[in-house]
Amino acid sequence: MERRSRRDALKRLGAAAGVLAGAGALGRLVWDPGALGGAGAHGARQVRDYRLKDAPGRAELAVAKGAAGAAALVGAAVDALGGMRRFVSRGDVVVVKPNIGWDRMPLHAANTNPDVVAAVVKLAYDAGAKRVVVADGSCNEPERCFQRSGIWKAAYALGADVVLPAAHRFRTMRLRGDVLDEWPVFTTLVEADKVINVPVAKHHNLAKFTAAMKNWYGVLGGRRNRLHQSIDASIADLATFMRPTLTVIDALRVLVRNGPQGGNIDDTRELHTVVASVDQVAADAWACSLIGQHRDNLPYLSLAHDRGIGTKLWENLRREEISL
Amino acid sequence: MSEGAAAPPPRPPAAKKLPGSGIPARPIVRALRWARRASQVAFFVLFMELLFRTAFRGTFAAQADAPVRLPLPVEGFLLADPFVAVLTALSTHTVYRGLLWSLALVLLTLVFGRAFCGWICPFGALHHFFGWLLPSSRGRGAARVLANRTRPWQRVKYYLLYALLVAAMFGSAVGGAFDPICISVRSIGLGVLPAAQYVTGRALSSAHTVPSHAVQSAADSAEDALAHTVWQAHQSYFHQAWLIVVLFVAALVMNRFVPRFWCRVLCPLGALLGVMSRFALFGMKKDHAKCTDCNLCLVHCQGADSPQGGVRWRQDECHMCLNCESACPEDVIKFGFLPARGGTIAKPDTERRTALAAAGAGALFLPAARVADALDVNYHSRVIRPPGAVEERDFFERCIRCAECMKVCPNDALHPALFEAGVEGLWTPILIPRIGYCEFSCVLCGQVCPTGAIQKITEREKMGLGVAPVKLGTAFYDHGRCLPWAMQTPCIVCEEFCPTSPKAIWVEEVEAPVRDPKPGPNGEPPPMKTVKLQRPHVDPALCVGCGACEKVCPVQDQPAVYVTSVGETRSKTNVILLENTAYDKRGG
Repeated sequence: MERRSRRDALKRLGAAAGVLAGAGALGRLVWDPGALGGAGAHGARQVRDYRLKDAPGRAELAVAKGAAGAAALVGAAVDALGGMRRFVSRGDVVVVKPNIGWDRMPLHAANTNPDVVAAVVKLAYDAGAKRVVVADGSCNEPERCFQRSGIWKAAYALGADVVLPAAHRFRTMRLRGDVLDEWPVFTTLVEADKVINVPVAKHHNLAKFTAAMKNWYGVLGGRRNRLHQSIDASIADLATFMRPTLTVIDALRVLVRNGPQGGNIDDTRELHTVVASVDQVAADAWACSLIGQHRDNLPYLSLAHDRGIGTKLWENLRREEISL
Repeated sequence: MSEGAAAPPPRPPAAKKLPGSGIPARPIVRALRWARRASQVAFFVLFMELLFRTAFRGTFAAQADAPVRLPLPVEGFLLADPFVAVLTALSTHTVYRGLLWSLALVLLTLVFGRAFCGWICPFGALHHFFGWLLPSSRGRGAARVLANRTRPWQRVKYYLLYALLVAAMFGSAVGGAFDPICISVRSIGLGVLPAAQYVTGRALSSAHTVPSHAVQSAADSAEDALAHTVWQAHQSYFHQAWLIVVLFVAALVMNRFVPRFWCRVLCPLGALLGVMSRFALFGMKKDHAKCTDCNLCLVHCQGADSPQGGVRWRQDECHMCLNCESACPEDVIKFGFLPARGGTIAKPDTERRTALAAAGAGALFLPAARVADALDVNYHSRVIRPPGAVEERDFFERCIRCAECMKVCPNDALHPALFEAGVEGLWTPILIPRIGYCEFSCVLCGQVCPTGAIQKITEREKMGLGVAPVKLGTAFYDHGRCLPWAMQTPCIVCEEFCPTSPKAIWVEEVEAPVRDPKPGPNGEPPPMKTVKLQRPHVDPALCVGCGACEKVCPVQDQPAVYVTSVGETRSKTNVILLENTAYDKRGG
């Protein structure tokens, strides 16, 4: 019978002991003591504030009306605030955030009018922007929304980067609002030097009227269908998070019922109006009267007003009305 | 070998020594063999490219009011598939639209035999590749020669073909489940691509943990590029696609044991082309006298069609790959036009009794499937068919389970049924609104359907502009789960997404009592207060069953509003409402 050597026995004992020691060390290293942990809230509130300093002598809220067309109305309204050069500096990356929420065509007025978006893009480039990005997080299938809204074609023709929402472009951020805390945010919309909000004014069956502040829904990813349970607080939370450089509300054609999606041209009215403001709350407070709403009837305006995001008392701002 | 050993040594080592008599193959045949390889690669690339393009990608170039259609006939391989044409011709007695293109493949077969299998078929090319990558467990050389000899089990594909064609005559196009093009689209489109997307997405998203802007934006650009060329911007998921993938992988792995197992033993399209190839004008001539039984022709034989000397060539099994003539060192094998028939078996070598039994099995399939309750009675409420789908019996006559509709659906709303629609409905498309809803203005599934199971409808027909809309089913509320109904909480996301105009979902303004969450002082019961709510209702006359409400309902696990198939336009029996007979008023 073969006798094992002492050397061999020691080797085998050593190997077994080594594996045991290694397994023990590795297990201890990654040992999970259990218990629910890590769910506690941490991290600072994030705010995206793109506002500029006040410019005395310039209007804070401008309204342009008339049949002169989108470019003229946008130009006149922005000029009254001091012109696009006040808001966009040479070399800026400018994000233009229209409403591209729905698979609807421009006549349905569920999305921002492509001519208004194009006018804003052009002004930004003329003011020296290095890059203009047009993006939104759509409700319906994005490719269809971007194409059929007419915004893709209009913005691309002017050289803007049109960015569709894709899962990889969303990162979790901490809003720390009353109802919105950790949410996936469309990073394209918050990585910029300047942000211009270009919403469309329209009826909304739950919020009654929406334009500028509600347009920030497009910043969120994830399961935003829960937001309706506290729509006013969530709109206020989003407007607290996103403070744009400039707000340009498209009210050329306005959906006056069956909002926000519409779909019937008979539900729209041609109002030939563009509202520009440095105060997103005042812009909404003014624009809601376009469909016969009153600012005191819209709780999200009062919430935002009370939080100091802006003022719903637009009479207190320097104003200018232009008829073209 | 003795001649070779006796040959004078001063030969340049680079010159490859040919075995046997060393007579090289004709240059044309060697060129054609390379042409065949190029053709296989080209057609496989074309197939994949068409599959990648079976998706709507928007463009900056399109006008807002341009109808959304795919620019290419992405279902082209299926249109050219004679098995699909014959199958649906037997079941519907018509040849649907583009399926007439299959005559091109019939023509090819009548001239060159099963050249499709060796030169064009993307699934065949995959098997050719895997048969080379995973040499049969029988090894190489002599063992491989054995593996490529004609086997009796190769008859199985003919019996399967007969069974499927007879089943089609009785009214079921279930045979499409076995079509190699359908298998390729279904397996790669619903399984392989989404899995590749999943892995790639995980890998690229891990790049976002690297604290370098360059790395992150490179990862973003890579994801964008892939989303615009290969898949889409959202991860695709397909209901129970695991079974499709398992069978696909199993078919490929079978090459390890029997080279080109699928093509030789099971493929019904190959069998159909094999039946037709008896009329082929092109074929093999063999000079048996010159054959030295070296069996080199068998080493890379694809069809196991007896190319070697001393036996008769099996024309119906040959893929026209030309490997045998390229390998033959003795000038035995020559392909050419109108060869003498003496050395050839042109017809499938099937046994009459087994063929009749197979046909009988095919005939029995339909009654066996239909007495199992799923169609005539006890129709599954969640078998919601795509927009433009024909009535269920007609649907079974047409649907070949090619999965083109599921692949093209922009919201991943269409899924391969497992047994929801009965055993007969395996892998037919059903709408699963919880995963994706039917986009109101989208008609792409009908555009890509090769057999008319989903008709080519227009946006106006689907949305009901000037005509009655196409309804897929009807939405229902579960008042026990709906937030405004059960929990006195505002919501109506469903109403917001309802795409019809006027909306099928309408809201009732109510004031409802709700209990304060905090108890009163001294342990009194919590006080009651009153809230204003909008409670949603469905108007079944307006609901089109698109499922947008079900998709967006915030009650995540089991939505408070859901769509069932009742009320679908295509059925005269699966109805709720008494028919509206005001024909002259409808449509306006």
